[in-house]
Amino acid sequence: MSEVKFSKEHEWITLEGEVATIGITKHATEMLGDIVFAELPEKGKNVEKDGTAGVVESTKAASDVYTPISGEVVDINQSIVDDPAKINEDPEGAAWFFKLKVKDLSELDTLMNKEEYEKFAKETSS
Amino acid sequence: MIKKTPLYNLHIQHGAKMVEFAGYQMPIQYKSGIIQEHKFTRENAGIFDVSHMGQLFITGSDQLTNDLEKIFPVNLKNLKINQSKYSFLMNEQGGIYDDLIITKLKDGYLIILNAACKKQDFEIIKKKLDDKYELNLDESLSLIALQGPKAKDVLGKVVSNITNLKFMNGGEFEYDNSNIYITRSGYTGEDGFEISIDNKKAEKFVDQLINYGAKLIGLGARDTLRLEAGLCLYGNDLDEKTSPIEANLKWAIPKSRVDSDYPGSNIIKKQIDDGVKTLRVGIKPETRVIARGNTKIFDKNDKEIGKVTSGTFGPSVECSIAMGYVENNYSPTNTKIFLEVRGKKVPANVCDLPFYKKNYVKGEKNV
Repeated sequence: MSEVKFSKEHEWITLEGEVATIGITKHATEMLGDIVFAELPEKGKNVEKDGTAGVVESTKAASDVYTPISGEVVDINQSIVDDPAKINEDPEGAAWFFKLKVKDLSELDTLMNKEEYEKFAKETSS
Repeated sequence: MIKKTPLYNLHIQHGAKMVEFAGYQMPIQYKSGIIQEHKFTRENAGIFDVSHMGQLFITGSDQLTNDLEKIFPVNLKNLKINQSKYSFLMNEQGGIYDDLIITKLKDGYLIILNAACKKQDFEIIKKKLDDKYELNLDESLSLIALQGPKAKDVLGKVVSNITNLKFMNGGEFEYDNSNIYITRSGYTGEDGFEISIDNKKAEKFVDQLINYGAKLIGLGARDTLRLEAGLCLYGNDLDEKTSPIEANLKWAIPKSRVDSDYPGSNIIKKQIDDGVKTLRVGIKPETRVIARGNTKIFDKNDKEIGKVTSGTFGPSVECSIAMGYVENNYSPTNTKIFLEVRGKKVPANVCDLPFYKKNYVKGEKNV
């Protein structure tokens, strides 16, 4: 598996072959609070980099989930739709959101590495 | 400038996430989060800093009672000293300026006002009373709510003789060599108390409640608790264009006052006699989708019939819940409606309020 990359919208992404797994970061869940609803894209749908690909709602508010790269949705994590609390428990592991067949691998180069993201998250949350 | 309550430092010490609410820095949640705070209140005892709310004292005797009845649609003559009633400050159109709790005191009345409305309420009430009485929107007092099944046990360890206090009744009690005023009331659907206490003693008092097992709870859980209990939030579910009859709060206007004079009384009487066009109802979406305030409501033929005024996930009922206003013929329980969320129509049903009914736990008889 490749190095984890991060977007400015607080998504994480890993790559295995030509399939990317995407979720939201622990930092994002901490900002959102208790997540009580998740909506994911439909399998087979083509999503565009930085476009909306889902929704999460906390007790307080709704937030869009964006896709950090373009591609075709090949799998979704139904378990987080059925039990959204899992997202708070393990956001960067078991509670991934969806998998994409990547359209353009070079789009990954626009994303941050872990160190860059942690710095970004710290700066933007203070 | 944004104000702080006397408990500000305590909130920070306990890891509160602070937000601005009605001109005050208030805790939206603490470290454990809204769902845990909500459940803790339902099972134990939650402490809410509601010091931003207005505590309006009006001094006077029988003539004041008469004059206040011209302002509030409530029967104050029959009210015993230390008894409280829920009521409204209304405009001439029957719309609600604020919803409030009015308590009769030995030498006048105490009215608890919403934070965002308190200054305007004060001006309206003062003007209507023709400056005949002393009005004091007392900023030297904090207001602490202690809510939950263990509230009486926790408070009982800090203040003596509170267990005999009946719901919607209050009294003076002794704490730390001074008098504090406590009412048995609240806004969570739980048993509980609201304690009016000198700002200087508030932090010590709350610290003691914490030592006896109560926990600080933020505004986030206060909102999910009150919504599960089917209670209105002013500004969301009630406003100047909505009457108590439309808000399904007719129970708060006693029959004895229906024919008497108060602001908007003609309109209220007409609405009671002829019915209203829209009515506040409880709404349960059939999925987990949350319908927030301003979500449009449709019938099965795509006709727009109303809108949601509050919506959230109910941590105790474990489903999505909402309240809103629909055209009157859609108000019966179990009417199928549709909520437009992010462009999709989500099926939902009109349901009875409250969503959460108190289950009396073991050891306590169902009364």
